[in-house]
Amino acid sequence: MATAIATADQAESVEYAARIEHVSKSFGGPAGQQLVLDDITLDVAPGEFVTLLGASGCGKSTLLNLVAGLDDPSAGSIKTDGRPALMFQEHALFPWLTAGKNIELALKLGGVPKNDRRTRAEELLELVRLQGSYGKRVHELSGGMRQRVALARALAQESRLLLMDEPFAALDAITRDVLHDELTRIWEETGLSVLFVTHNVREAVRLAQRVVLLSSRPGRIAREWTVDIPQPRRIEDAPVAELSLEITEQLRGEIRRHGQQ
Amino acid sequence: MASSDTKTALTDEPRDRSAGLEAGLDALETSATSRTPFSVTARTKILPPLVATAVVLVIWQGLITFNIVTDPTKLPSPADVATEFKDAWLEGKLLGYIWTSVERGLLGFLLALAIGTPLGLVVARVKFVRAAIGPVLSGLQSLPSVAWVPPAVLWLGLNNSMMYAVILLGAVPSIANGLVSGIDQVPPLFLRAGRTMGATGWKGAWHIVLPAALPGYLAGLKQGWAFSWRSLMAAEIIASSPDLGIGLGALLENGRNASSMPMIFEAIFLILFVGIAVDLLIFSPLERRVLRSRGLLVKG
Repeated sequence: MATAIATADQAESVEYAARIEHVSKSFGGPAGQQLVLDDITLDVAPGEFVTLLGASGCGKSTLLNLVAGLDDPSAGSIKTDGRPALMFQEHALFPWLTAGKNIELALKLGGVPKNDRRTRAEELLELVRLQGSYGKRVHELSGGMRQRVALARALAQESRLLLMDEPFAALDAITRDVLHDELTRIWEETGLSVLFVTHNVREAVRLAQRVVLLSSRPGRIAREWTVDIPQPRRIEDAPVAELSLEITEQLRGEIRRHGQQ
Repeated sequence: MASSDTKTALTDEPRDRSAGLEAGLDALETSATSRTPFSVTARTKILPPLVATAVVLVIWQGLITFNIVTDPTKLPSPADVATEFKDAWLEGKLLGYIWTSVERGLLGFLLALAIGTPLGLVVARVKFVRAAIGPVLSGLQSLPSVAWVPPAVLWLGLNNSMMYAVILLGAVPSIANGLVSGIDQVPPLFLRAGRTMGATGWKGAWHIVLPAALPGYLAGLKQGWAFSWRSLMAAEIIASSPDLGIGLGALLENGRNASSMPMIFEAIFLILFVGIAVDLLIFSPLERRVLRSRGLLVKG
């Protein structure tokens, strides 16, 4: 297993990066309540990489919004170690700012003094291998580069927990592979905890230490797998493919149940 | 720590495996944009309006030369209008006409800006205010501003204040509405991204909402200027008084009173010219700059 350099000393202080306890969420008025998440209990340990996997309608994005504090659960509690950073499927970079200034805005809102922001932003760009892109406008960057700037901006928030909502779903396969390598590298270098939502089984297995499968309507935790394939993995690796096959079978089973009802 | 130098990424060290690949992808997927050379701009942007103007002049002169229109009190020849311009210039009055109106127009517009902006912000952000005056504000846009001239004259008399009142009543709703629709069109994703970064309340308004709403706001300003200028001309035509000085609207009215078609043509050309010039010199460059920096301006 890869060693996370920075986690060792922080591990003692808090025993979780996120603690989700008996969380339920329903939407709609009193007439037609729809249960989206049902009694979810899940811990993300400091430095841990967890993927949430599920078909559409499993409420995985809803759960991520709850953890991010963008919405409140109907029941249960969510605790996080500080305010988490959130990355979306769309890059969500602000088009009126350059790549560097986008990162600096996150630093500014996080209370980093003015004089340190430029240096810190350059460091973060270097971390995502975009040194020299400080002054680039968002529309001048490719899809993959935008997601890397978005990642750098999320990292600028100095959160202990990074939430990712299908961040690579809109990218082409080659770029996605490269970004998987990048994310693994950065996760190992920074010791961050990551909660990563996807509907792509291989992506989940490629990245995670733990894969959590959600069932749909309502979203419940169906099963968990610990992935002990050593990093760096490739999406084509035989053990990755093997575990993916097993998880896919289970996922298909979950989906089939809906057709029989 | 992996080496970040992409040139040395030929090693088989797995950490560096993607570095060179990534640099290659970045290079493939970004294309260099270059500035359009002046010769192209001249051919595609400057030449067409010049040709259009020339065609209009030729047709106009043709109507006179071939005696299609024979009454010079209905259609003066281009030369007559040119003489009217020349005389006004030689008497030193031409710039005075223009400046009297432009000064009023710009000052009135700036006042409208100072009032319309906070008004738009409040309407966009405070639900009660929006429900209360939002519909009236958009309705006011369809009210021709000339309708405000009679009451303004009775309220304030024949003076500059009355002109400014008419400009404000015409331009403030446009500017406020532009800001409101700009704010309404801010993508919710930006607001969510801002919130996760801690930009809520005033911080959110300042760092996220206002910059995101800028294109809509600018469109409102542009329309606000057009309304300012039109309102002012209406006011100047209807309310002429020796104390007010001769602006372009008054010049037009004087032309009518003197039954001088060349003077009327002169006034109309000047009004048109100022409207276009302010748009071309101030608003269009501003709008283009904002849109281009956001990648919203498609070349072609």
